[in-house]
Amino acid sequence: MDILLQQIINGLVQGSVYALVALGYTMVYGILGLINFAHGEVVMVGAMIALAAIQVLLAAALSPLLVLLLSVLLAVAVCMALGYSIERIAYRPLRHAPRLAPLITAIGVSFVLQNLAMIIWGREYHSFPQLLPNASHHIGGAIITEVQITIVLIAILVMTGLMLLVHRTRLGRAMRAVAENQTSASLMGVNINKVISTTFMLGSALAAIAGIMVSANYGVVHYYMGFMLGLKAFTAAVLGGIGNLRGAMLGGVLLGLIESLGAGYMGALTGGILGSHYQDALAFVVLIAVLVFRPSGLLGERVSERA
Amino acid sequence: MSDIKAPPLLQLSAVGKHFGGLAALTDVSLHIRHGEIYGLIGPNGAGKTTLFNILTGLYQLDSGSFTFDGHSYNCCKPHLLAKAGIARTFQNIRLFANMSALENIMVGRHLRTRTGVWGALTRNTAARAEERETEQRAHELLRYVGIHRPAHTLAKNLSYGEQRRLEIARALATDPTLLALDEPAAGMNATETESLKALLQTIRDHGITILLIEHDVKLIMGLCDRVAVLNYGKKIAEDQPEAIRNNPAVIEAYLGGSHA
Repeated sequence: MDILLQQIINGLVQGSVYALVALGYTMVYGILGLINFAHGEVVMVGAMIALAAIQVLLAAALSPLLVLLLSVLLAVAVCMALGYSIERIAYRPLRHAPRLAPLITAIGVSFVLQNLAMIIWGREYHSFPQLLPNASHHIGGAIITEVQITIVLIAILVMTGLMLLVHRTRLGRAMRAVAENQTSASLMGVNINKVISTTFMLGSALAAIAGIMVSANYGVVHYYMGFMLGLKAFTAAVLGGIGNLRGAMLGGVLLGLIESLGAGYMGALTGGILGSHYQDALAFVVLIAVLVFRPSGLLGERVSERA
Repeated sequence: MSDIKAPPLLQLSAVGKHFGGLAALTDVSLHIRHGEIYGLIGPNGAGKTTLFNILTGLYQLDSGSFTFDGHSYNCCKPHLLAKAGIARTFQNIRLFANMSALENIMVGRHLRTRTGVWGALTRNTAARAEERETEQRAHELLRYVGIHRPAHTLAKNLSYGEQRRLEIARALATDPTLLALDEPAAGMNATETESLKALLQTIRDHGITILLIEHDVKLIMGLCDRVAVLNYGKKIAEDQPEAIRNNPAVIEAYLGGSHA
């Protein structure tokens, strides 16, 4: 019983991170019909920048909370600039090219970022300092740390903010209008390029926050960490229905739970043949199952291929 | 009606556009005066919609230029022409189908509002006031065009006639001086067309110049001050409706040479 609760808690924490990253995939897909495969690397860059900032600021003997706040702000700012640049350099020139072309540049950007990070920060795992109080609470036999509580709360806060932005503001309406019909939106005076840039920057800001969350939760940062996280968040976005914001959030949390419960019970269920180390494979089993049985995702509408 | 001596609102000078070897528009010159309802007719493929696409910046013209409200354009971006005061609707309705009727119109206010990322995130007083004003204006426009459904009905769930009206409301939300309507009566029954006619007259009476593409001859004849006829990308006639009806070149274009 206590394993169940523990795995649910772990799943919710991991799912919050997936949800934030999945939102970045789904926002870009909603507007451009493009899978931004470099998005996972933005998560990694966010974590790396935050780590670098923390090391510098801690040396300056500031209070941990202030250090964390400043580092998050810096990582978010750098990632927004990065997201903007990726779109300008790798996607905008190919806006009217066949769909395969921007997909290839996306993978290219991903490699470039990974290798740049490797050159700058090396191949080793860096430990991510513990800046929040490391107290943990016991709930019915399960343990939840304050870092984990913070992760879930901040994820809820950020996602609520995003939903309000998208559904209640002029900018959000412009984003949805561009996603529905670029021609009509441009005739309403919406500057399409500006909306697309803003979308990339918002997605990248969420990615930076997610990168810091995942680093704070596991305590390590690595130049390759964005790859698997990006793939799984993409899976979450597909699970929820790519292009659908609520879907990305639902898909993220569900995937986190599926993975976590799978890791907890897989050994028992398969009589020890498959262990918890098959956790990563489970995400992709989910992806395949979704693609086979419900390609439009849980909340996605069945839409015909864009003209 | 309109002051003939005042400079025209829109002046097209020798506008040309071709797609590969196909000349969609050749040397089209015409002018539209302030406060006019100007009809544009012609057989299918005559270049009417191409002309609309040029006026709204969706196509770049290949030769010639046009002057709108005192400014000359020979290439432009859609959002800049919208800002200059040209709004349009589409032959095949292009609403934001999954947004509410109200939101469709609110997107139309985008041009005339300013709140950016910062205002959106902080929701300061100015941003909230602007949002309220936008919403109020959108409600007014819904009533103005005669849509009496709940404002939060999704655009795709409106009836066909309502969708056409919503597209007009959305175009009006940009505060245009020239409203270009591409076959607004297409697919409407006689009653709907009649109330559309009344709406267009009201819009004109409120000072907005209208450029109208339409196949419904009765509507064109009953509504327009002047009519131009395009055929194979060339302007073959431009006159008052009655004169157009009896113009031999127009009759030939519609019925074919030997049968006229």
